[in-house]
Amino acid sequence: MGELEQAPASATVERLYSVMALIRRFEETLLELFAAGKLAGTTHTCIGQEADAAGVISCLDAERDVVVSNHRCHGHYLAFTGDVDGLLREVMGKVGGVCGGKGGSQHLHAGNFYSNGVLGSTVPLAAGMALAERERGGGAVTTVFVGDGTLGQGVVYESLNIASLWRLPLLVVVEHNGYAQSTPSRLQLAGDVEARAAAFGIETDRLDSTDVMEIRDAAARAVAHVRATGTPFFLVIDTYRFSPHSKGDDFRDPEEIAARQARDPLAVAAPRLGEDTHREIEEACARRVAQAVEQALAAPSVTSELSRR
Amino acid sequence: MSVRCAQALNAALHEVFEDHPEVYLLGEDVLDPYGGAFKVTQGLSTRWPDRVLTTPVSEASMFGVAAGLALRGYRPILEIMFGDFVTLGFDQIVNGLSKFREMFDDAITVPLVVRTPMGGRRGYGPTHSQSLEKLLLGVPGIVIVTPSECHDLGALLIQAVEDDAPVFFIENKALYGRLNRRPVNGHVDEFRCIESAARYPGLTFSGNGFSRAEATLVTYGGMLPITLEAAAELILEHELFTEVVALGQLLPLDLEPVLESVARTGSLVTIEEGTLTAGVGAEIAARVQAEAWDDLREPVRRVASRDGIVPAARGLEDDALPGVEDVVAAVVGLTRVGG
Repeated sequence: MGELEQAPASATVERLYSVMALIRRFEETLLELFAAGKLAGTTHTCIGQEADAAGVISCLDAERDVVVSNHRCHGHYLAFTGDVDGLLREVMGKVGGVCGGKGGSQHLHAGNFYSNGVLGSTVPLAAGMALAERERGGGAVTTVFVGDGTLGQGVVYESLNIASLWRLPLLVVVEHNGYAQSTPSRLQLAGDVEARAAAFGIETDRLDSTDVMEIRDAAARAVAHVRATGTPFFLVIDTYRFSPHSKGDDFRDPEEIAARQARDPLAVAAPRLGEDTHREIEEACARRVAQAVEQALAAPSVTSELSRR
Repeated sequence: MSVRCAQALNAALHEVFEDHPEVYLLGEDVLDPYGGAFKVTQGLSTRWPDRVLTTPVSEASMFGVAAGLALRGYRPILEIMFGDFVTLGFDQIVNGLSKFREMFDDAITVPLVVRTPMGGRRGYGPTHSQSLEKLLLGVPGIVIVTPSECHDLGALLIQAVEDDAPVFFIENKALYGRLNRRPVNGHVDEFRCIESAARYPGLTFSGNGFSRAEATLVTYGGMLPITLEAAAELILEHELFTEVVALGQLLPLDLEPVLESVARTGSLVTIEEGTLTAGVGAEIAARVQAEAWDDLREPVRRVASRDGIVPAARGLEDDALPGVEDVVAAVVGLTRVGG
């Protein structure tokens, strides 16, 4: 388990709440910038799922562990790196973007963090990274985040087979938000999701939660398993995405979304902090993101000439 | 002294395993005593059991696993048993390993080698005999190396492993059992042979120097011996002298030896084992016509397989794949040579 385990519980909640609030504000800001015509291209926000990124990644060591993410990667990236400016500028195509504007929203790399935009392809990639880390012998855990939609890809199962067969230190986190873009799970997923991994002899756990502390506890057990045994773990977190798949493409029943908002991860965690504390955190995050936006808007756009320098 | 091509490749693998602890090999059925379907990996798993991984039949994933290893500091060699199975890895190739370096702003490299046999003439039929290099030719960010039996096969493979780009090392199946015929005193048989300056050099074969060559024949891999045989026949039967270029790398395309030769000969025939449409010859023709229009006396001609399958039955396969007579006919058919 991470060093944070030693810290007082209140400090941990505060820290995790800060991560979630930062992700929330960041993602809301992106949608606002799109609406205002200040962003081009595409984005996939994770509003409603922040507790997964904050909880799981709080159990990892960014110096040693590896994270592989997907098209919906901003939350994971921010939780792992804290790099608001690099991400915002990358998405905005401004000088100072973490990948020089080449990758954009879905294709990020910094330190031990990697994301790519084709679903499923990241699982064998992460398995290869876990193999590398196993061979290096540093005890690193490689974590790959996928969604329930990605469970439709065949390479996921090839990779689970390999991870089990070769005893790879790989944590697969399924953020099961019930939708593959616009398609509900009942139209695209058969059988038991956990059993799919269990069939390969992989340890699994599943929790239906937006409580960041619960998710952190489950992730801590999963990470501890991978670190101690060097074998993979498959963690399913049932969650919900409040935001559209991408920008304006939401055809879900508004009542369904409203009902799920009662379990907003920020609302679930906030009562554990004093009234002033969570407001202060939210305000600090708002200021942090606003400052990043102001500076990014003023920064020059990436051009081929600038890129070549 | 002379070794067969499969042995030369095997020896090079042993050498890179000795010299580079970060080299791993992944593939199907690569363990001893089997040692790979074409025996190129023989002996490796006995000497380095921890660095040779026999894999499930999961090519689609293995391209990703190899890329993951490469991104984290290793130099994996992925053996794909038949080049036809490279198609299973195309998502990883097109959307992953070829793009990572540029899309991650040059912060990383992807030093991996995919070794795979292509080509027919063994009666393996439509899905185990193809030459699919042209599918890879349209993928920016990779290197395609196409050694022939006259290349320094071992040196090329070692260079590929030491390359920081993803390299597709195409071993035409016909090579394996043939001698690695390196030039002796600058000659292979009666042909003078010079190497281009590319990392994976092209070889230019020319005649005695007394007669002006009237056509350049550009080819690669398993078509080289067929093309050289055609060149010899053209001299004997038709008194037509040609120069033959065997490209060592298709991507980035090493055009220099082709342009140099065309400047001397004035006409060009491209020769490949894969199917005609959108083939390697089409790319070469487009570039040579753009860069050497003034040197060309007539349009570039292409020799390739017909656009269809590679049939299993020997007689049908022979007809489907280009042979000596197709090359001879193409050169004789050039309108402005030998007149």
